[in-house]
Amino acid sequence: MISREIGRDAGGLANVSRRGLVGGLGAGALVLALGLPRRSAAQGQAEKKFGAAGMPNGWRDDPRIFIAIAEDGTVTITCHRQEMGQGVRTSIAMVIADELEADWDRVRVVQADGDEPRYGNQDTDGSRSLRHFFVPLRRAGAGARVMLEQAAAARWGVPVAEVRATAHAVTHGPSGRSLGYGELARAASELPVPQPDAVRLKDPGQFRYIGREDVGLVDNQDITTGRAIYGIDARIDGMYYAVVARPPVYGGRVTSVDEAEALKVPGVVRVVRIDPPSIPSEFQPVGGIAVIARNTWAAMRGREALKITWEDGPNADYSSDTYRQKLQAAVRQPGKLVRSEGDLDRAMAGAAKRVEAEYYIPHLAQSPMEPPAALVRIQGGRCEAWACTQAPQVTRARLAQRLGLPEEAVTVHVTLLGGGFGRKSKPDFVIEAGLCSQAMDGAPVKLTWTREDDLSHGYYSTVSMERLEAGLDGNGRPVAWLHRSAAPTIAALFAPDPKHEMPIELGMGFINTPFAIPNIRMENPEAAAHVRVGWYRSVSNIPHAFAIQSFVAELAHAAGRDPKDYLLELIGPARTIDPTDLGDAWNHGEDPKLYPIDTGRLRRVIETAATGIGWGRPMPRGRGLGIAGHYSFVSYVAVAVEVEVGEGGAFSVPRVDIAVDCGPVVNPDRVRAQMEGAVVMGHGLATSAEISFKDGRAEQQNFDVYELTRIATTPREIRVHILPGGDYDRPLGGVGEPGLPPVAPAIANAIFAATGKRIRRLPIRDQINA
Amino acid sequence: MATTVILNGTEHRFDGDTEMPLLWYLRDELGLTGTKFGCGIAQCGACTVHIDGAPALACQTPVAVAEGRQITTIEGLSPTGDHPLQVAWRELNVAQCGYCQTGQIMRAAALLQENPRPSDADIDDAMNGNLCRCGTYPRIRAAIKQVVSKGSRP
Repeated sequence: MISREIGRDAGGLANVSRRGLVGGLGAGALVLALGLPRRSAAQGQAEKKFGAAGMPNGWRDDPRIFIAIAEDGTVTITCHRQEMGQGVRTSIAMVIADELEADWDRVRVVQADGDEPRYGNQDTDGSRSLRHFFVPLRRAGAGARVMLEQAAAARWGVPVAEVRATAHAVTHGPSGRSLGYGELARAASELPVPQPDAVRLKDPGQFRYIGREDVGLVDNQDITTGRAIYGIDARIDGMYYAVVARPPVYGGRVTSVDEAEALKVPGVVRVVRIDPPSIPSEFQPVGGIAVIARNTWAAMRGREALKITWEDGPNADYSSDTYRQKLQAAVRQPGKLVRSEGDLDRAMAGAAKRVEAEYYIPHLAQSPMEPPAALVRIQGGRCEAWACTQAPQVTRARLAQRLGLPEEAVTVHVTLLGGGFGRKSKPDFVIEAGLCSQAMDGAPVKLTWTREDDLSHGYYSTVSMERLEAGLDGNGRPVAWLHRSAAPTIAALFAPDPKHEMPIELGMGFINTPFAIPNIRMENPEAAAHVRVGWYRSVSNIPHAFAIQSFVAELAHAAGRDPKDYLLELIGPARTIDPTDLGDAWNHGEDPKLYPIDTGRLRRVIETAATGIGWGRPMPRGRGLGIAGHYSFVSYVAVAVEVEVGEGGAFSVPRVDIAVDCGPVVNPDRVRAQMEGAVVMGHGLATSAEISFKDGRAEQQNFDVYELTRIATTPREIRVHILPGGDYDRPLGGVGEPGLPPVAPAIANAIFAATGKRIRRLPIRDQINA
Repeated sequence: MATTVILNGTEHRFDGDTEMPLLWYLRDELGLTGTKFGCGIAQCGACTVHIDGAPALACQTPVAVAEGRQITTIEGLSPTGDHPLQVAWRELNVAQCGYCQTGQIMRAAALLQENPRPSDADIDDAMNGNLCRCGTYPRIRAAIKQVVSKGSRP
């Protein structure tokens, strides 16, 4: 019997079937992958659920879902979370293989289709793949190991306590007999899955892969040889290629189209109208005109030849310059109260010194190097998609809904993602491909976004104005703290015209700021969305951390204090804080008892980054150090930056020290890589990246003007410090996102130290000179 | 009239529009998807190939211009996938999402072909046209330098 995963991974896709994943599992091979129970992991409706249990479709730990063993001993692990560069295909396999006692060289990884009732939650965002699945997947691996041990014991007629699985074989101690996993696979597959209390997890001291630096990456060979398949690479014989002309303004629509010239372009076969969505548009395409052709080039040329008149709709006036002024006016007035402690007005009135500042953070585009792209075909009432999606189950549901098919008739195969960063959580591009296939009577159509499409029709990071005011006592200590944050909310994708940040946005480093200040008021003035606002790696933590961590350094300066010491003083002594006491009932979806805010951990990363960079050392003229620390995704990260500012205000970053405490670490090399990447991405949004709008249109269409950090401008040296995670029974923190928020304020603070110029608006560009 | 393109040592005949960028010819017509699309305007380097040994952007090269010349893509860089740069990329786990890395490797291979002992500044100059959104630049530098220090030649 061939396990379902294998058939799915091939999926009929011409260029995936050559990946050699099928090799070890010929017909008749084992298998720990029989019929599956549809057991719901999360039971009980009344109490509030946290972690994986609080996610749609919860978690699974049944070994038969995730593990198949062939009679030649090949172990096939199904990865149900999406790979977009965080290394999850490797890390998940490390966890399962470790508990399974599998030999790494005989492990293969296949990618699950979108099927949350089967796998549990698959929506890969929020930095939670390992946080939510470390324990269930350890149990899955251990459960399979126990089944193999039971099968061996039964074969030999010895007590199971006398046998032990190690390194891809089960041995019987007293007699020295040994059987390989392949030899035991069939018998093991016929056993019931052990009850949870019969499954003994390994002693972490015996881990073979978890916590090791030298495991490598399961996709390394394919990536370096060009054989790795991303959504844009998916191919089926006879497929068509499509691009879409979309309304230049969000909420706009086609009033007329002349397609005659487009149809004359050799290779163009059809022009198809995609209806505009109602607003809020959630994950639906924005509408427009699709051009379907025999190759991508013809489709692009056909699109250029379309003559379309657009009605721009209600957002035609959206311009970033005036909107910034609007946000500024909003934060200068009281807004919706979101946290209050003490008596702010009285404390402010009695303060020896008052400081205020406003910070502006523009829209950003995730712009993964692989733009959105998907291949869809519809045959015999069944739809198959191959897509670079972070959210395959959501993709499946929306595709089914839009195509008028039952969800069971839709299969979403997930390719590698050429970057995601939140953009590929939204399946609008897959739906577009589905509509094109439908218009072609179900023929396969691959739809590709150009970079101009990506930057013009994105789900942008929000635009934000943050106003902070503080009152200092005679010793320069803050006694009053007012923070107003105004930013259009992601909720505008789902509800008509909301004006306030959602709890998940407020809880991203705004209301849960753990400072020891007696009088605090936090407000959220109104802001309306005029574009699609969506998740961007670390989301609202970006503006909140930039404002707060910059302002702390401003207060330190006003008080004549060292900014690192001052930051530690604001954080106060090591203690744990229940985030609900700060008004944050969300806490990244985690149980506040399991994941309180631990100021001791926050202090330690700040101290570690400071020590790393040599905080306090004398700096030559034009050089300066800056620091920032931030809690997000239940992890703690601090960044210390050295900048060098040259003549004319040009600056470079010779050195960054980034310290992370994400709890126990599964894959230290990937934690390191995520921190390095966060520094580079943070450097880009700090220095040069911005999406601005004029007349409702994005002003940056490609990488010539949407400027990202390149190799020559990237920080010269990035040193990552991973704090000891402690026992593996402690809860894991997030890794993919929390590195990003402290980077920009640390750079801005370093620039201040070097030049006395305070940056309050991102990106920095040439402000140092101004 | 058919155009002839010599790709990874094999001749291919193409009857289509010779204004088509080599990128789409490789990807759509020949199914060689290791050469990536990132921007289409010579800003990201994801589509880097070699034409007669020199680095070229496939998105900017019409098939007509490639006619009769030796084109090498990532698929043809090393028959076994063991070019020293590919090995170094794996040893240092350079890739995150991996999407830009074929272009990075092709650009780096052209650099080392031309200058086997590049300085840090030479590396930055050569690689500056290749964007990586995951931020793997520190490891790209390290991988190139590892190959240089080992003195291994393809």
